[in-house]
Amino acid sequence: MRPVIYVLSFIAVLGLGFWAYREHYDTRQALREVSALNSEIAGLREALALQRAEWAYLNRPDRLRELASLNFERLGLMPLEPTQFGDAANLSYPAVEEFFGDINNSVMVNGQLNGEEEPL
Amino acid sequence: MTRTPLRPLARILKARAQGENPDVIERENLRLRHEQMRDVSRNRAEVRLLILGFSFFVAFSAIGIRMGALSASEAAEPRSLASGAEILAQRADITDRNGRVLATNMLTHALYAHPKDMVDPARVATELAAIFPELKADDLTRRFTDGRSFIWLRKVLSPEQMQQVHDIGDPGLLFGPREMRLYPNGTLAAHILGGSSFGAEGVHSAEVIGTAGVERAMDARLRDPALVATPLELSIDLTVQAAVEEILDAGITMMNAKGGAAIIMDVKTGEILSLASLPAFDPNNRPNPVLPKDAEPGDSPLFNRAVQGVYELGSTFKIFAAAQAMELGLVGPDTMVDANAPMQWGKHRIKEFQGKNYGPLLSVTDVMVKSSNVGTAKMALQIGGLRQQAFLKSLGFFEATPVELTEAPGARPLLPARWPEIVTITTSYGHGMSASPLHLATAYATIANGGITVKPTLIKQTGPRPGTRVMREDVADASVSMLRQVVTRGTASMAEVPGYEVAGKTGTADKPKRTGGYYKDKVINTFASVFPASDPRYVVLVTLDEPVETSGTEPRRTAGWTSVPVAAEITRRIAPLLGIRPMVEAPPADRLTAVRN
Repeated sequence: MRPVIYVLSFIAVLGLGFWAYREHYDTRQALREVSALNSEIAGLREALALQRAEWAYLNRPDRLRELASLNFERLGLMPLEPTQFGDAANLSYPAVEEFFGDINNSVMVNGQLNGEEEPL
Repeated sequence: MTRTPLRPLARILKARAQGENPDVIERENLRLRHEQMRDVSRNRAEVRLLILGFSFFVAFSAIGIRMGALSASEAAEPRSLASGAEILAQRADITDRNGRVLATNMLTHALYAHPKDMVDPARVATELAAIFPELKADDLTRRFTDGRSFIWLRKVLSPEQMQQVHDIGDPGLLFGPREMRLYPNGTLAAHILGGSSFGAEGVHSAEVIGTAGVERAMDARLRDPALVATPLELSIDLTVQAAVEEILDAGITMMNAKGGAAIIMDVKTGEILSLASLPAFDPNNRPNPVLPKDAEPGDSPLFNRAVQGVYELGSTFKIFAAAQAMELGLVGPDTMVDANAPMQWGKHRIKEFQGKNYGPLLSVTDVMVKSSNVGTAKMALQIGGLRQQAFLKSLGFFEATPVELTEAPGARPLLPARWPEIVTITTSYGHGMSASPLHLATAYATIANGGITVKPTLIKQTGPRPGTRVMREDVADASVSMLRQVVTRGTASMAEVPGYEVAGKTGTADKPKRTGGYYKDKVINTFASVFPASDPRYVVLVTLDEPVETSGTEPRRTAGWTSVPVAAEITRRIAPLLGIRPMVEAPPADRLTAVRN
């Protein structure tokens, strides 16, 4: 009995050693991937920060003001005036009938389906 | 182990036969047995101690070796941690209240040289001089060949310059990564941001430190590694700031002024939405001007007039005398006070503007509306010097402003050393003591906030902060109503912006000479206002340095002609930006759109 146990435990040690060896290399590979990803993320973040800075630079008020005055003929942009505040009451609403069409009960639908879809 | 009996029969019998005591044998055997047991347990204990000692030795050696290894090896980021890549920037961004970037970081490179590795120093020097105009070829050749092994050449490089240096292709030229502070809006809000520069510099990185403004005042917060990913949100509104700077600049040109400052403050929270001081500078390239000896500090573009400019603020102070007199119950808005000019006080003669006389009696409201020095002086005398000082102190006029700028603590108000009655009189109309425009804006915000003090701040707040009440709410309301009448029928008629109920007070103060006395033709004009008067939301303050309005037959130097129109234009432009509706009838609906189609 005892030799069998010895042999089995020796095989188990060999197996565990092989497993540990594999795991070790898998871990190292995973770490390499993580560090590659991290440096990619870092690069992307750096690019993002640069693009944010560029966006802020291109949208600086001085430049926008100059662009607005350069393109005044086409865009007619002026500084916001107190008189430009409107009131919701001054808006004309679309007529109710137009919106709901001929619907007169809760399960009716309006409009048409395009294509080959079968209405369920 | 064979156990020897304590009383071996053979020896007992033998002893009995010889007439000896057999118990002696037993005791002897017991002693021997105990000795044996003691030896065994001592051996066992010794072995245990040895094992224990050995394990301790092994454990401590392991720790020691590990510590030695950690201290001797170079530190590495924990690679298995996915969040490791989050923190790259070493300094947090600064944004305005809506998240628009005011200051950010950009990765760039510094250029340094190892002259001993250089192949052809003379050629490198010529080519570098061609790329960077500020470097001189002769100078560089000398520095490359005098035996030094390390030279810094440029603190920052643009990508194009870096490529050009690369193209020189000399192994002695090297690049070090640098994080550079970038202010994308140029001169906008320059005095708030201040500027930054490199601190300790190394080949692999350099420390970025704030040199002025918020950058320096909040340096610890901006560099805090735990907060580096969260931008610092200022209370500034970039759009408002841009509009204010544009109008102030135009105003300075039109009014022929040397400079000017403007402050927009939220009266509920003390948040400063805009703080402008012109002329300004570019924080990306902070200048270091050398001023002539007799120059005023205000001549430098670095000088923040709104915070550092400690001026006599003139008649804008009168409202404090009126408010305090009402608070103490001495007068009401309609009480008639003596305003008979000129007023003689000892050897001093207190006169009105252009020697007028608004008296003999004026209501308190009219004292403000007409800006009567004599009327204010009479009220101040009723209040008395001690109570006047206490009131001005509660409004913050005796301390430096607590705003988050490096310049703020240094800008203490200039107070008279003693406070005799003549100082009480002159202080009541804003002469004799000097404070910064920010002090004045804060005090006006306190009045507009219903009499509860506000603390000026440049950091975005989530709501009002607790303050102390310095005057009753009805007194504050009455004061705002007086300020409103100054605009509707007084010295600040040009401040009227239809729909926004501007309420404010003008102030004109002669500039003091260095040698003592005052200039005749140099003034500081201030207009401090709040709007809308019925429910004050914002303080708008404009100060112009040495303005003169020349459209009339003779030059005009009163605030009503200079600062007031500038402030009115600022209010007209920023009120819609701040989302405040004008209180007017909406224009009638367009007939064409009202008709159904």
